[in-house]
Amino acid sequence: MSSSQEINEKQEFTITVYTENQIGLLNRIAIIFSRRKINIDTLNTSPSEIEHIHRFNIVIHETEEVVRKLARQIEKQVEVLKVYFNTNEDIIWQEMALYKVPTDTIAELVSVERLLRENGARAVVIRKDYTVFETTGHREETDKLIEVLQPYGLIEFVRSARVAIIKDSEGFNRKLREFERREPGQEVIENEFLDKEKNVFSM
Amino acid sequence: MNTAQEEATTLTEPRKTVNVSGSVALLEGLIAEGTDTIFGYPGGAIMPIYDAIYDYKDQLKHILVRHEQGGTHAGQGYARTSGKVGVVFATSGPGATNLVTGLADAQIDSTPMVCITGQVYAHLLGTDAFQETDVINITTPVTKWNYQITDATEIPSVLAKAFYIARSGRPGPVLIDITKNAQLQMFDYEGYTPCDHVRSYRPRPNIRKEYIEQAAALINSAKKPFILFGQGVSLGNAEQEFKAFVEKTGIPAAWTIMGAGAIPTDHPLNVGMLGMHGNYGPNVQTNACDVLIAIGMRFDDRVTGRLDKYAKQAKVIHLDIDPAEIDKNVKAEVPVWGDCKQTLPLLTALVDQKEHKEWLAEFRAYDKTELETVIHKELNPESGELTMGEVINQLNVLTKGEAIIVTDVGQHQMVACRYAKFNHTRSNITSGGLGTMGFGLPAAIGAKFGAPDRTVVAVIGDGGFQMTLQELGTIMQSGIDVKIMILNNRFLGMVRQWQQLFHEKRYSFVDITSPDFVKLADSYYIAGKKVSEREDLVSSLEEMLNHKGSFLLEVMVAKEHNVFPMVPQGSSVSEIRLK
Repeated sequence: MSSSQEINEKQEFTITVYTENQIGLLNRIAIIFSRRKINIDTLNTSPSEIEHIHRFNIVIHETEEVVRKLARQIEKQVEVLKVYFNTNEDIIWQEMALYKVPTDTIAELVSVERLLRENGARAVVIRKDYTVFETTGHREETDKLIEVLQPYGLIEFVRSARVAIIKDSEGFNRKLREFERREPGQEVIENEFLDKEKNVFSM
Repeated sequence: MNTAQEEATTLTEPRKTVNVSGSVALLEGLIAEGTDTIFGYPGGAIMPIYDAIYDYKDQLKHILVRHEQGGTHAGQGYARTSGKVGVVFATSGPGATNLVTGLADAQIDSTPMVCITGQVYAHLLGTDAFQETDVINITTPVTKWNYQITDATEIPSVLAKAFYIARSGRPGPVLIDITKNAQLQMFDYEGYTPCDHVRSYRPRPNIRKEYIEQAAALINSAKKPFILFGQGVSLGNAEQEFKAFVEKTGIPAAWTIMGAGAIPTDHPLNVGMLGMHGNYGPNVQTNACDVLIAIGMRFDDRVTGRLDKYAKQAKVIHLDIDPAEIDKNVKAEVPVWGDCKQTLPLLTALVDQKEHKEWLAEFRAYDKTELETVIHKELNPESGELTMGEVINQLNVLTKGEAIIVTDVGQHQMVACRYAKFNHTRSNITSGGLGTMGFGLPAAIGAKFGAPDRTVVAVIGDGGFQMTLQELGTIMQSGIDVKIMILNNRFLGMVRQWQQLFHEKRYSFVDITSPDFVKLADSYYIAGKKVSEREDLVSSLEEMLNHKGSFLLEVMVAKEHNVFPMVPQGSSVSEIRLK
């Protein structure tokens, strides 16, 4: 269990939300943050491991206590199946970035091959007038390539939202079957209150 | 009937289909859900539904309100007294936006409602068509669920889902927006199947035995346990289960204004009202108890006062059906989530039969202080202008606690909640969370439709009355019997009280003039009377209550009277002021 100091410290949390595919749900989830004047750093919606079930990844910088309350409010929405929140240690995550640079400058001034190798990047498009590089990784890695390319006249930069896999998740298939039952078992009501080892409420 | 379809269905279940419009399917669905009364207002985009209801007049009573906001509050009043789902119709655009206040009120006070709005044709969506507004997005923050229908075949299943969501779990308002083409569209209707499961929605969290056991152990070891209860008890129809729990444990129980009446006012373990204008004992004792048992209540800031000085010495047991309420404002030692109709009996089985005589006596000692310094002079003044308290007190004497009291918002609301006597549950109808001025009159109309055999008295201030007074027209036209009591202090009294106490008496725009309310009632063919003398009060109240049909009684009360006790904003509950 986290100490109260850790709970009150702001840090990056990745919120994973399993939902039905429903028009308007994105707004319903987004206003839970905006109502509390909390900024969403990145937001990604995608299919999940299960057909017709969508998965949101939302990254925010907040205290654990705030994130816990937000997670409960999100889970309360009718079309939300389950919400998890994790610190960066609990997840494998990646962001993808694209960089557009003038081909003549970059070709003239650096060894492109070495630049790509050093930054784990690749060229997606090479044209006479511009070249587009791509890299995927953590924030520091995609940020670093911006710095590297800036002197050569970086024309455009874009980075995707974070996508994350929860390290100790067994996926959602078994859970979904529980949800589909009229009388769900204990499985679906697992909650962060319960200290699983001591099996008592502690916080 | 389509013969091809007939052939196809003979192989499986021979379910008959009827070719009907979306509008007819909607009304059939409402009837199947047990709806008998609809509060509504027609308009362009909902005309096909109104055309259909013309043929359903013998099965569905439609009450024409005078403003859609009034429709929502009437729906709320109906839901709160009947325990059923309130149903409201409105057209698109301004009709729909007028619902927002009532939806917000129903959302924060957990009132089950299904609102149906008309919408422009699907092909016009997003074109800024006449009377088009983005109703779904406007109402998202103030509904438990909402959905737009553009195809009639969706109507039966979506309506079934709407009713299920509105009434199950922690209840709330649901809105269905139906485009005009879907209302008109003919389709093969297969009948109505009520909904009892939505896979992504868990209305009732599973009960965890270990929490029940931990809660019981805490209660059994407590020396000074204290129960706080809210509307969750009556929303869960758990009044009997609650009473059994209170009586077995012998624990003093105090209520939030939304919880009032779940056990009778004069029950020996009912120790009164919590919160900013609640009773002295329950507020002070919150910071003296050792175990605090919160049941179906959400620790609103008007109940807790300053949170960092709220019940810090106590171990908190929180019973709630909504897991998001646990730890939201006050940290729970033991979270007993679940429907209290189920959790309370489990808890009652494990707790010891006890009496807490000395502890209860402490409450009664505080009561004595409050009676001597506040209540006695409020209820029994011998001279001077009439007080709101004595009006409510005389009303209690005449109704003997049998009436439904509907209030608006402000000083009269606090006085009514403090002093009204309730023998029965679902009798105190008030706007608790949102504090909606203008709630009272339309809510009283709905309350009467929801409980036609009971006396309904609307207690309203001179300010709030003027926010929705057009609903007198609804009373006139529907011919129902609602007693309207305006407590007129010629001020926006609660704001004036705050300006007096916290803004050096700088009375900024709280001085409000009123029309002749009795003449106004008369113009709606509603009988009325104005009273300002003490000697005429009882006879006037009798006249109002004995009158056949609606009656408006305007009571002139003290102009600058304050509601006490009071926990000033930002203060702890133990810093409650008696004057």
